[in-house]
Parts: sequence; structure tokens; C-alpha cells
Amino acid sequence: MAFNYEYYLRMDKMPHMWCPGCGIGIVVKAMLRAIDKMGWSKDDVAVVSGIGCTSRTPGYVDFNTLHTTHGRALTFATGLKLARPDKHVIVISGDGDAAAIGGNHFLHACRRNIDLTLIVVNNYIYGMTGGQASPTTPFGARASTAPYGAVDSPLDISRVAIAAGASYVARGTVAQGFMLEKFIYNGFKHKGFAVIEAMSTCPIQYGRRNKLSDPVQLLKWVKEHGVPAKKAEKMSPEELEGKFITGELHNQERVEYTEEYELVRQRAQEAAGAR
Amino acid sequence: MDKKIQLWEGNHLVAEAAIRAGCRFFAGYPITPSSEVAEYMAWKLPQVGGTFIQMEDEIASMGAIIGASLAGVKSMTATSGPGFSLKQENLGFACIAEIPVVILNVMRGGPSTGLPTHPSQMDVMQARWGTHGDHWIIAIAPAYMDEIFRGTVRAFNLAEKYRVPVIILLDEILGHMHEGYEIPDDFEIIDRAKPDVPPEEYFPYDDSKGDVPPLAPFFTGYRYNVTGLNHDKSGFPTTNPELIQRDMERQRRKLYANLDDILWYDEYKLDDAEIGLVAFGSMGRSAQVAVDLAREQGIKAGLFRPITLWPFPEEKVQQLAEQVDTILVPEMNLGQLILEVERCVHGKANVEGVNKVGGLPIEPPEILEAIKARI
Amino acid sequence: MDRYELRFGGVGGQGVILAGTILAEAAVIYDGLYAVQSPTYTAQVRGGATKVDVIIGKTPIIYPRATAIDFFLALAQRSYDVFHHQLKEGGLLLVDSTLVSRVDEDRYRVYRVPITDLAEREIGRVVVVNTISLGLTVAMTKVVSRKAIEQAVMARAPRGTEEMNMKALQLGFAKAEEMGFAPEETKAEEAV
Repeated sequence: MAFNYEYYLRMDKMPHMWCPGCGIGIVVKAMLRAIDKMGWSKDDVAVVSGIGCTSRTPGYVDFNTLHTTHGRALTFATGLKLARPDKHVIVISGDGDAAAIGGNHFLHACRRNIDLTLIVVNNYIYGMTGGQASPTTPFGARASTAPYGAVDSPLDISRVAIAAGASYVARGTVAQGFMLEKFIYNGFKHKGFAVIEAMSTCPIQYGRRNKLSDPVQLLKWVKEHGVPAKKAEKMSPEELEGKFITGELHNQERVEYTEEYELVRQRAQEAAGAR
Repeated sequence: MDKKIQLWEGNHLVAEAAIRAGCRFFAGYPITPSSEVAEYMAWKLPQVGGTFIQMEDEIASMGAIIGASLAGVKSMTATSGPGFSLKQENLGFACIAEIPVVILNVMRGGPSTGLPTHPSQMDVMQARWGTHGDHWIIAIAPAYMDEIFRGTVRAFNLAEKYRVPVIILLDEILGHMHEGYEIPDDFEIIDRAKPDVPPEEYFPYDDSKGDVPPLAPFFTGYRYNVTGLNHDKSGFPTTNPELIQRDMERQRRKLYANLDDILWYDEYKLDDAEIGLVAFGSMGRSAQVAVDLAREQGIKAGLFRPITLWPFPEEKVQQLAEQVDTILVPEMNLGQLILEVERCVHGKANVEGVNKVGGLPIEPPEILEAIKARI
Repeated sequence: MDRYELRFGGVGGQGVILAGTILAEAAVIYDGLYAVQSPTYTAQVRGGATKVDVIIGKTPIIYPRATAIDFFLALAQRSYDVFHHQLKEGGLLLVDSTLVSRVDEDRYRVYRVPITDLAEREIGRVVVVNTISLGLTVAMTKVVSRKAIEQAVMARAPRGTEEMNMKALQLGFAKAEEMGFAPEETKAEEAV
């Protein structure tokens, strides 16, 4: 039987505002399938976002949904989760949202290891605002604010997440939707801060400026530039230049914040009782 | 020691009052002169089953308290000028999304890093207009320990009742001073209205039953959308001009049609006053002493002390302008509250400032001199 | 007098702010008086000039900052130099003569006590400088009762230091009496 996406969507809010060929839908569908697989009640799930194309997701999905300010989704999600540690809080963010304006929150969410899931849809561009360069725009690629090619080196979101302490990190591509679903599902099951980076496509804003305007061609480009972690081990840095490594990159058992804070409450109450 | 009276620091009293009002979530970032609030919350909140978190910055603290409030938990943060500037972004979100939160700003000298350990009253206008765009907000400026306690409880009550962020303005004097105070138990606690309709009939911005629609906590079966974009009654983004006009007017009206409930002020020896003072916070205390000093010299001075700064008690100031020829406005800045006083007085009385910056308060004798100079 | 203003000045780490808190607690909790304690905060936690003002009255304190100080305790030369200006002419000035030498003799009624030396010689611990100072302050000003300051000191004394602190407090009382201040006779309420 075909998956019943409509059960999880606010069909009265359709049509959505994403462009034809956009990769966000593939990620959202993977997320919905993973939620379904977890068997969570829709009432127990919150989907939180910041600003940008990806961040419009909450409006369309039938959960407790929160569309916040640019870059700040993780901060709102932190408050939600700490208030209700028993519920499931998912943050969905773009590359500009998570890694530029929200970069500091991203680092600290990783280090705190609160049991949240962050899905970053990385399309290397600011899509909604008209194709400006983002922190993941490849070196030399064109953007409306990099008309002669990007001068900045791109940020590797997954590597930063691992370095900052995220306890589950995986990277997939929108060319492989079922792999994404698996990573998101594993991220949900993981107790701690999980980051799933989805290498995505923006044919309109990124593709057109970079000779990749055909959506299928751009999908192929994304797939070809992803190197599975095992394969990457055997490759030289020169061979990996311009590529990104895919797979479950990091999976670690680590103290989870809300569980640890429950111990803080116990210690505080014992101390108060002892006085 | 069986007496309940204790020596309370102003900042600690805000924190204790918040907890008594039902606050169970605090997110903050260290900043002088407000850090004692965060320290107290870090110590006390886990004892009562609440949550304290030190966030990575002020922006994050503001986001976190909005998130926690959406889950139905009364939440607050505390800061001072530089941090208050950073809060403004998400403060605007709390305004447009109508999420109850409380923000304490213990004012210090500015702009920028300014005078971290010295008092000022320089954030009068930032409290009203700090975030961008049209928005309506409540700001409370207590002056005495009892007002700090009751004002904090009131801040939570108003936030819950009107689904609005409420700002508490202290200054470094009030935040750091210690005074004897006995915590009262005769105060009311108001919780936000919850929906009385089934989820399929619930809309978080439905104005059909009043200007303050009930707010369902997240995870309680009411699945809806909250956004910082202008939105329709379901919380879904809209660019429909009629809907936006109607929604924004409602947000204004929910406060300005309830001024009797929201406004709070004190009057001191105003009945026969021939010269009026308008001052708030610690300078309200200085001005009260100045009134007494003036009266000892035969000058009939009186004080109007707004405790709700925003919305401003416009009518009371208008009445004062009918009564006296001169209104003096002592404040620890170079003229902010005076702008609002002048607007209300509208030329019906002579309005003059008594101003001081640089970290020192305006002492009663200085206000007295200003009074005598106008007689 | 309905409003009595005291200032304790020292350098960070000497415990002057705590002394101010204890004096205010003595007034508020044990003598039923009104009191405001306002510390001055600086960016420097240790070693910088620091002060605390305590205002005590029989009626509520309206203006919470010191304006005309009646009694100034200086535990460091630097804090005397920076903070003495608001002491009234003819006001009581108590200095730790171990650490403060230059004062305005003609402006104030000056009392010199080698508080730090006393703490080391008589009690054996320099940490009780602030407790000896409280004993001196209360015996000199009678702004709160001796019983109240004893209770307030005991309530704040870390476990195991109660006896030492009480001894230090009594030492302060005794030194004030040696300088000619009368022993306590009147009730605190009448003294204020």
C-alpha cells in the first residue's frame, strides 16, 4: 500500500510554495515516513523551523508547528523540549539558517546534546531571497552576491556538528530518499542531539547560476559528489576535493541534557530538604 | 529567627516573585547588573521542579523562553541594556505570535557596553519601541520592594491574561539594593485561558470570542501553526491586507481597551500640588523625598509616579497638566520619559527635565533645587 | 534621628559587603527597624576599592542611596580616598590604622583602631576583620542593639566559626568602650 502522506500533511494549505525540482519535498517525505515508522502520535511531535525555503515546512505538516525567526529555531526548540522532555521535537533548517545566522546556536545545541533532531536541507544557496551565497556555497560557485564566484570556503556542516559534540551525525542526498529516511529514523531513535544533513537541490537559484539548471542534472550532480564514508577512506584528499562524504558519520552514546537535568533537580531537592 | 521578614536583594526578589507566580522556566545569559536573577533561578528552579538553562547568548535565551511558554510553562529571562538589545528580535516574535513571556531589564548606562555597574533609566523608549514594526507591549517599572514583588507577579498575570510579552524595568540601584521584606501571600495568580472547543474547531488567533484568543499548549492535542509572519486565524502565513489590518488592530485593542486593568501608578501629595513631578523607578523614590523637602519650605509639590510605563498612563498626566503650571521630569537619562509626558500634556503645562547621566542618581536635594528654580 | 547612614569601605575580599548585609539584617530581622543595604559594584571582584552603604531608620527608607553619611568605616587607604567625600563634616570616621594612615583630621571625628592587627594577634585569623568592625560600629553608633548584631552575626557565621566570630564581635565592643563610647544602656529603638 502506498504511504499515506496526506495523513501527515495539512492538505488545506496546499499548494506549497516550493519550486518545481526543489529537493525539500524529498526530505520532508523522508521525515514523514520516519515519523510514521516511529509510531509517534501527531500530537506528540513538534516541528520547528527558522526562516527560508526549508523553514516553510511547519506550515504544511500536521503537527505542533513553530516557524520562528531566522537562525533561531534551535533556541525555541530547546525551550520546547526542556519544558516537555517526553515529547519529540524536530528542527528543520536550511544551510543559511543553520550554519550562518544560526551558527552559534548550532554549535551550542551540538555541545548540549539535548534529545532533539536537526535536519539541515543544504542546497548551497539562499533560495527564498533570490540566490545569495550561503556558508555552504562551493568555492568559486556563482550566486547573486557572488557574481564572479564565491570567495569564501564552504563550511562542512556535518564535520562541524561532530566537532561540536553532536552525538549522531549522518549525511545523505536527496537523490537517495530512502537512505535519508533511514538516517532520520536512526536520528529519532538516538538519545541525544542528532544532525541529519541532506544535500539538496535548488535548480532555480543555484542550478541556473551554475550550469545545473535542469533538476535531473542537478540531482545527478549531488549524487555524484557524494562519496560513501567507506569509499572515502581509500581516497586521497586530492580525490575528495569538492566532494562530500555520506553515510552515518558519527554515532556516540553521550549524557543527554534533559536526563542529566533531572538529576540536577534531584540534587537540588535533596539539598533543599537537607537544610 | 521565626520572623518571615528577610533582607532581599531586588534582583533576588524578582526571581522569587516569579517562582511564586508560577514561573518554571528561565533561560538567561550572564550580564551585569542582572546576573543575580539567573544565579537565583539556577539555584531555586530545580528545587521546585522547574528548569534553568544558561543559553549561548541573549537571542537564544529569548527564543528558549518562547518555546517553553508555548509548551504551557510560564517563562522568563533577565538581562540589562546590551542584552535587551539582543532580545528585541525574538521579543517581536513573542508580540506577533502573542506568546506570554516576561523579560526583566535591569537598566545600566549605555549605549553599547556603557556603564555596566552603574544605574541608568536609558531604556524607557527601547522597552516600548525596541523591536521593529508596530507592536504593543506592557512595561512595568517598580520602585519599592513590595512593587518589585507584586509587579513581578503582575507581569506574569498580565502576560498570561493578554498573551503579550511583559517587560519589567529595574535599574542597577533597585536590582542590587537589599531591603527588608516579608513575602506576602495575598496575591492572585492568573493562568492563560485554554480552549474550550475541540481541536478541529480551534484557531489560535480566532477573534470571534474576544480580543485575546485562548492559547492551547503544544502537545495537548491542538495541532496548530505559530509563525513570525503575519498570519490568518489558523496561524498560517497570509498577505491578505484586510486580515492583517484586522489582526494588528486587535493586538493593539487587546491592551488599549483594557487600560483600567493594566495601568498602575502612585500619587504622592498631588491633591493640592502646584508643581508636579513625574518620575519612575528609583528616581520616583528620590522625587518623593524631594516633594517632602519642598513642602518643608512651603512649596506645594506633588509626585505622579507611573508604575506601568507602557501603556503610559496618559489620562492621569493630562489631568496633572490641568492642575499645575509646571511639570518636572527627573530621570537618569537626557530626556526619554519627558517625551511621553510632553506628548500627553500637549502644551497645557510647562514640562522640563531634570536629567543626569554618568552613573550617579539624581539625589533629592538636586530635584529640590530644580523645583525651587521654577517657583 | 530617623535616618542613619553608614558606609563601610575596603578592598574586595575584606568582607565589607557581607558586613553591610549583616548590619542590615540585624536592623531588619532582629530589631524590627527599616534598612537598605546598597553595595557598589565594580568590574573587579578582588582587590578593587569597594564599599557598601547601609541606611537604617525607624520609618521606611524612601531614598535608598546614601546622601549624608553619619559613620564611615575605612579598611583600606584607597577606599578612604575614593569614598570619604559623602561623610558629613563632623561625622564619625573609624579607620583600620593598620592599613589607613592619611585622613582628613580636621573634617571628621577620627577614631583609629588597628583592626587587622587585632584580628591577627587577639583572634588569630585575619578573616574576622569585618566582625571586629561590626562590633566597633555598633558600639560606637548604637544604630542597632548588641543583641541584634550578635544574632545576625551568628546566623551568618559558617559552621565552626561561631565562637571565633562572637569573640571578635565582643572585642569590637570592648575597643569602642576603651575609646570612651558608653556601654549599651538604651534600647535600640531609642538610639536610632
